[in-house]
Amino acid sequence: MSTTAVHTNEHIGHDDAHDHEHHELNFVEKYIFSTDHKTIAKQFLITGIIWALIGGGLSIIFRLQLGFPDMNLEWLRPILGKWITSTGQIDSEFYLALVTMHGTIMVFFVLTAGLSGTFSNFLIPLQIGARDMASGFLNMLSYWFFFVSGVVMFISFFIETGPASAGWTVYPPLSALPTAMQGSGLGMTLWLVAMVFFIVSSLLGGINYVTTVINLRTQGMSFFRLPLTIWAFFLTAVIGILSFPVLFSAALLLVFDRSFGTSFYLSDIYIGGEALPNVGGSPILYQHLFWFLGHPEVYIVILPALGITSEVIATNSRKPIFGYKAMILSLLGITILSFVVWAHHMFVSGLSPFLGSIFMFLTLIIAVPSAVKAFNYLTTLWRGNIIFTPAMLFSIGLVSFFISGGLTGIFLGNSAVDINLHDTYFVVAHFHLVMGSASFFGMMAGIYHWFPKMFGRMMNDKLGYIHFWLTFVGVYLVFFPLHYIGMAGFPRRYYSFTNFDAFQDFTDLNTFVSVAAIITFSAQFIFLFNFFYNIFRGRKAPANPWGSNTLEWTTPRVPGHGNWEGDIPKVYRWPYDYSKPGAPEDFIPQHIPLTETPESNLPHEVEQLKEEGIEVKAANAGKS
Amino acid sequence: METPAQVLSMHPRKFLLWLFIVSIVMIFASLTSAYVVKQSEGAWLIFDLPQAFIYSSIVVLLSSATMQWAYWAAKKDNLSQIKIAVGVTLALSLVFLIVQYLGWGQLVDQQVFFVGNPAGSFIYVLTGLHAFHLAAGIVFLIIVLISTLRFKVHSKSMTQIEMCTTFWHFLSGLWIYLYLFLLLNN
Repeated sequence: MSTTAVHTNEHIGHDDAHDHEHHELNFVEKYIFSTDHKTIAKQFLITGIIWALIGGGLSIIFRLQLGFPDMNLEWLRPILGKWITSTGQIDSEFYLALVTMHGTIMVFFVLTAGLSGTFSNFLIPLQIGARDMASGFLNMLSYWFFFVSGVVMFISFFIETGPASAGWTVYPPLSALPTAMQGSGLGMTLWLVAMVFFIVSSLLGGINYVTTVINLRTQGMSFFRLPLTIWAFFLTAVIGILSFPVLFSAALLLVFDRSFGTSFYLSDIYIGGEALPNVGGSPILYQHLFWFLGHPEVYIVILPALGITSEVIATNSRKPIFGYKAMILSLLGITILSFVVWAHHMFVSGLSPFLGSIFMFLTLIIAVPSAVKAFNYLTTLWRGNIIFTPAMLFSIGLVSFFISGGLTGIFLGNSAVDINLHDTYFVVAHFHLVMGSASFFGMMAGIYHWFPKMFGRMMNDKLGYIHFWLTFVGVYLVFFPLHYIGMAGFPRRYYSFTNFDAFQDFTDLNTFVSVAAIITFSAQFIFLFNFFYNIFRGRKAPANPWGSNTLEWTTPRVPGHGNWEGDIPKVYRWPYDYSKPGAPEDFIPQHIPLTETPESNLPHEVEQLKEEGIEVKAANAGKS
Repeated sequence: METPAQVLSMHPRKFLLWLFIVSIVMIFASLTSAYVVKQSEGAWLIFDLPQAFIYSSIVVLLSSATMQWAYWAAKKDNLSQIKIAVGVTLALSLVFLIVQYLGWGQLVDQQVFFVGNPAGSFIYVLTGLHAFHLAAGIVFLIIVLISTLRFKVHSKSMTQIEMCTTFWHFLSGLWIYLYLFLLLNN
C-alpha cells in the first residue's frame, strides 16, 4: 500500500518537473495565486462545494422551523447563538436572513461561480485545444475577486444585526432603508459590497471565456466542431457580459439610496408617521434593473449544466448527439430570449396588462428551444448502448428535472395564473426543480465525468450510485409536495404558518418535506467522502476512461502547465463520431484524420477529401 | 493526411478590450434606460444642463484627435511626436475632468444636488461614472506614455497604443452619447 502511494507521488512529481524545467513554481504560485486554468477551476470547485454546504445547511435550519414549528432548537445555540430565542425558537428576523442568504449563496456562489467557474475554466482550453486561457492573470483575478466576495458575505453572518434579510432579490424600499429591519443595516451593506466583487469576478471570467473560445481554438476546430459544452459555456459567458453590468447599475443606485440619501428607488415613505425626505423615486425601477440581470441569471445557471449533459449523454449513449445544430440553435434561442422576458417576474408590480401579455408571449416562446433540448436528449438516449455511469445517471436526472420543472414554468409564464401563484411555494417548487436541482445535477454529472481528468484518479462508482438515487428521489420528495403547498396558497418566506387555520391541514406535509430535505442533505456527505478521499487515494485513471471523443482525453493523465506535452492536436472531425458504421471502435476522437478512417468515412467526408485532392485512394477504399 | 483549416482569430488582448467595452456599454445603457423609465413616470425636476458640458465635449473630442495623432505618429515611427501627442492627450484629459467638476458646480448653483430629485441625481451618477472610467483611461495613457519614453512604442509594437486609442475613442464617444442623451431628454 505504502509503496504504491510513494510510487504515485514520484510519478506526479516527475510530471511537474518535466513541465516546469525552465521555471520551478513555488507552492504559492502553483496552488494559491496560480494562473493555470486547471488549478483555478479546482479552486472554484472546492470553494463552490464549501459554499454549497453552507447554503444547504442554512436551508436545513429553516426547514426545521417550517417542518417542526414547535421543536426546541436549543441544541443549535452553539452555532446560532442569540439567533435562538429564549424559548428555543429561531429568531423570526434571522429566519428571513436564512432564506435570503440561502438564495444568494446558491444562485451566485454555487451555481454561477461554482458551476461556470469550474467547468468553463477547466474545459474550455482543454476541449478547444489551447494551452491556457487568453489571460491567465485576469483569470486568477477572477477567482480572487470571487474569494473576497465570499469572505465579505461570510463576515456578514457574524455581525450583530445579522446578514441581509430582504430576500435574494433585495427589493427596495425594504433593502434601502436601514431602519426597515435589522438585516437592512450593515448586513445589507456587506451584501452589496460582496455582490460588487462578485460582478467584477464574473465579468473578468466571462470576458476571458469568450475571448478564449473565439481566438484560441486549435487548427481545424471550427465553430461547428465545438463540443456542445463549449457552446454552452460560451453563450453563458455572453449572457454574463451583457447582464451583470446591469446588476452593477442596480446595486450602485441602491448603494447611493442607502448611504448617500438619493431617491432613485424611494418616494413617499412614512416611518412612524414621519415622512422621509425622499421624493420622486420608484421601487419598480429597481425591479426592472434587477430582473434584467435576474432572468438571464437563471440561464447562466442552467446553460452550462445543459452543455455538460449533452456531452455526457452522447458519450454514454455511444451515439452522436441528436440534432447537433438544433442544440446550438436552441442554446442561441434561449440566450436571445433570456433578455426579453424579465418582466414576467413583475406581473403583480402594477405592470400594464398589455405589456404583461407581450412578456407572457415571449416567455412562453422559451418553451420551444427548451423542448427542443429535452426531445434531443431523449432521442439521443433512444436505442443507444447506454452505459449507466454516475455522471450519466445525474445527466438523465437533469433531463427529468428540466422537464418536470419546465412544465410548471408554462403555468407560471401565464400572467393570469401567475397573479394567483406569485410568491407562493408553487414558484419555489418550480425554480428549485428546473433551475436549482437541474443545474446542481449538471454540476454533479460534470464532477463525476471529469474527475479523472481533474485529479488523475477515479471516483467510486458504487458510492456514486447511492449518492445519485438518494439525491434524485430526495429532490422529488422535497420539491414535489411544495407544488401542492403553493396551490394551497402558502406564501414564500413566511416564518410560521401555525396561526392560520387554513394551513393546518398541511402541517404533516411540511414535516414530510423537512424530513426528506434532511435525508437529501445528508446524502451529500457520501459524495463529499467519495470526492475528497479519491483525490488522494482513488484508483489511477486510464487515459480515456469513458471512451470519449473530445480533446481533453488526449492530454497526459495529469496535464501539466500548457496541457499537451508536444504539439497541440489538430481537429479533423466533429466531437460526436460515436458508433460510426464501419469503424472498428465505437468512438473516433476528434484528432483522428479522415484519411486514417477510410472504412467509416461518410459520402460527404469522402467528397471533402476529394476536394482537397489528397488520398483519393483511401477515399475509394472507403466507398467500396 | 488532410490539413485542417486555420481558425479565424484576432489578437486576444485587443479582443478582451472590446468585450470590456461591451460591459461598460451595458452599464450606461442600463442607466440611461433607467433614466427614461423614471422620467416617464413623472415627478421629474426640469433644469438647464450646465454650460460646462459643451466645453468638456469639445475638449474630449480634441483629446480623441490628439490620441489618433499619437497613433499615426507611432505607425510612422515618429517617436518625438508620439511623446508630444500622448502628453497633450493626457493634459486634455485632465482639463476634461476639471471642466466636468466645474459643471457640477454649475448644477449646484442651480440648486440641483446629488441628493434630491432623481433627475439631478442621475446627471451626477452618469457624469461621475463616466469620469471614473475616464480616470482608468488616464492610467492607461500614463502607461503608454512611460512605454513611449522607454522607446517601446513604434510601428513594430503597436498593440498597446492601439488598445489605448480604441479605449480613448470609446470614452469620448461615450461622453458625446451621454451629453446628447441628456440634451435630448431634458
